[in-house]
This record gives sequence, structure tokens and C-alpha cells, in this order.
Amino acid sequence: MASAVPESPRGVRLAAGALCAGFGVLLVRAVLAIPEDHSGLAPVVAERLVDSGVKHPVTAVLLNFRSYDTLLEIAVLVLATIGVLSVAGSHPRVWAPVAEEADPVLSALARLLAPFMVLASGYLLWAGEHAPGGAFQAGAVLGAAGVLLALAGYARPAWVTKFGLRVVISVGFIVFLAIAVGVMFLGGVLLEYPRDYAKALVLIVETWLTVSIGAILVSLFIASASPIEELRARTGSGR
Amino acid sequence: MSQTDVYTLAGAALFVISLYGLITRPHLIHKILALNIMSGGVFLVFVGIARRVMTPDPDPLPHAMVLTGIVVTVSSTAYALALAKRIYSETGAAVLDAPDVFERPEAGGD
Repeated sequence: MASAVPESPRGVRLAAGALCAGFGVLLVRAVLAIPEDHSGLAPVVAERLVDSGVKHPVTAVLLNFRSYDTLLEIAVLVLATIGVLSVAGSHPRVWAPVAEEADPVLSALARLLAPFMVLASGYLLWAGEHAPGGAFQAGAVLGAAGVLLALAGYARPAWVTKFGLRVVISVGFIVFLAIAVGVMFLGGVLLEYPRDYAKALVLIVETWLTVSIGAILVSLFIASASPIEELRARTGSGR
Repeated sequence: MSQTDVYTLAGAALFVISLYGLITRPHLIHKILALNIMSGGVFLVFVGIARRVMTPDPDPLPHAMVLTGIVVTVSSTAYALALAKRIYSETGAAVLDAPDVFERPEAGGD
């Protein structure tokens, strides 16, 4: 058992310090070299906003102009979840209550707050069309509601099976990919939404993304929340 | 030196400070924290750059990139924490060069 926090040797620290200082000078020069009066891509986005199907420029960039980034982003989230569930042992107690004996005040509060958090998540999803918000913010609130319930001692409902949870985790990515490929049959290229259907397609993708992101965040938290002794028992490791 | 330069330079400073921490701190939790601060520095640079435009509203493109970056940071942090916990559970130490991570007695660290 290592108790003290280990330190690197002096030589390594000196070399790293010199390297980082040099890199810092380069970074500062690069940052200052960006021209002061450039207008970026904001005018281009504003000009084409009407094609995107939504009225908020950040949502338009995320879900339409640069939706390729967002597609890969949800893929990264799903991959990380698969990784965490695998590393957490062969029988991770996905969504067992994290706290066995929860504080009664916390339980009552969580029960009161959870419906409002689901409502707030739905609002954020809808607001993303014309104001700051969108699938990832809505999914974060949904995930927070799940984490709060788990901390307050509420177990996974019986109707949420392990298979069902895995389906919900991946459904956002699957729907997004299906729509991305599907528009190719309408004569476009990958992820090129037809202008008339853009709003509906963006909304469908965002709704399923919200559900998936909520489930992913809850799973990430709960799969790694068990005590170290339990992890050892599950994976048959340690001594 | 404009107002946005303060943000972008602070972001660059955060990046370099956490890069130093990432290299010199062997403890895995320290490394994961350093990675997170590093991402924070990159986001600060992007937020500063988004404000440099002449239009009244900030440039939406760097904002979208920061949002994407936050999600990727959350993913990598969650996976890194799970790996660090597993390494601790297998070896009893949360460092990468523990002698028996790969159960090879000859691959001893210092």
C-alpha cells in the first residue's frame, strides 16, 4: 500500500518545467498572433441560419452545420460508457442504490425534485431551438436527476433491465447515425439535412440524444461508485 | 492587450501549468485532475476567441466546439477514473509504474 503521495525525481521536474515554459511562450505568441479584428465564421453562420431549421446559432452549428462533430461526440460518450462498464467488473451492480441507508431528508427531497428536473430537462431540450440549451444540457439535468435518486437510496426500477439500459445508452447514437445515413437516400451527402425537414430531423435527433445522455451519465456514475472492496470481489483481484 | 487577451492568456497559462502537473505527478488522480484543468484552459482560449468578433453576438462556432469539448472531457474523465480505480484495486497503488501492474516481476519501477 502506497500511503505517501509519490513525487517525481528532481531532474524530471526541472526538465518538465523547462519544456512547459518553452511551450508556454509558443502558446502565448500563437494566441496573441490571432488578428484583432477578424470576424470568424459568425457572419457565415448568421447568413445560413435559415437553412438549419433552428433559430439559435450554437444549436445550428452543433446539430446541423457541424453535426459530424456531434455524431462523433455521442460515439465517444457511448464508447466511454462501454469502457467504464467493462472495467467495473463482469457484474457491475448497474443502478443499485449507491447509499444503502440514505438520509430520510435527502430521500424526501430527491423525490420532490426529480419530477421538476425531468421537466427542466424537457424545457432545456425545447429551448435549444431558439436560446441557449439543447440535447447535452437537457441530458445533463436528466443524468443529475438519476444520480440524485441513486444517492438518495432509490434502486433501479424493476422494469429497467440491464439489456434495456444498454439499448437506451446507445439509442441516441443509433438514431443519429440512421438519420445521418438516411438523408443520403434523399439525394444529399452524409448529414446533409433537406431544408424542409431540417427542424424535424434536428428535434428527433436531440430528443433521443437527451434520453441517451441522461442514461449514460447515470451509468457512468453508478458503475464506478461502488466501494473498492466490492470491485475487488467482482473482479477477483487484489490481495 | 484587449479584454479578450486576458482570457486567452489565462487559458494558455492554465494549459501550461497543468501540463507540468501531468508530467511530474505520478499519482493517477493528480494526472486526471491535470487533464481536466488542461481542458479548462483550452475552453477559456476558445471562449476568449469567440468574443473577438465585430458582431454584437459572440462567434457561435467556438462555443459549439467548447460544448463538444466538455462532453469529450467528461467521457475521458469517467473512463480514466474507472481505469485508475481498477489499477488501485489490482495493485494497491494508484500509480502507473507499480511493479506488478502487468504481473511481471522484472518490470520494476524506481
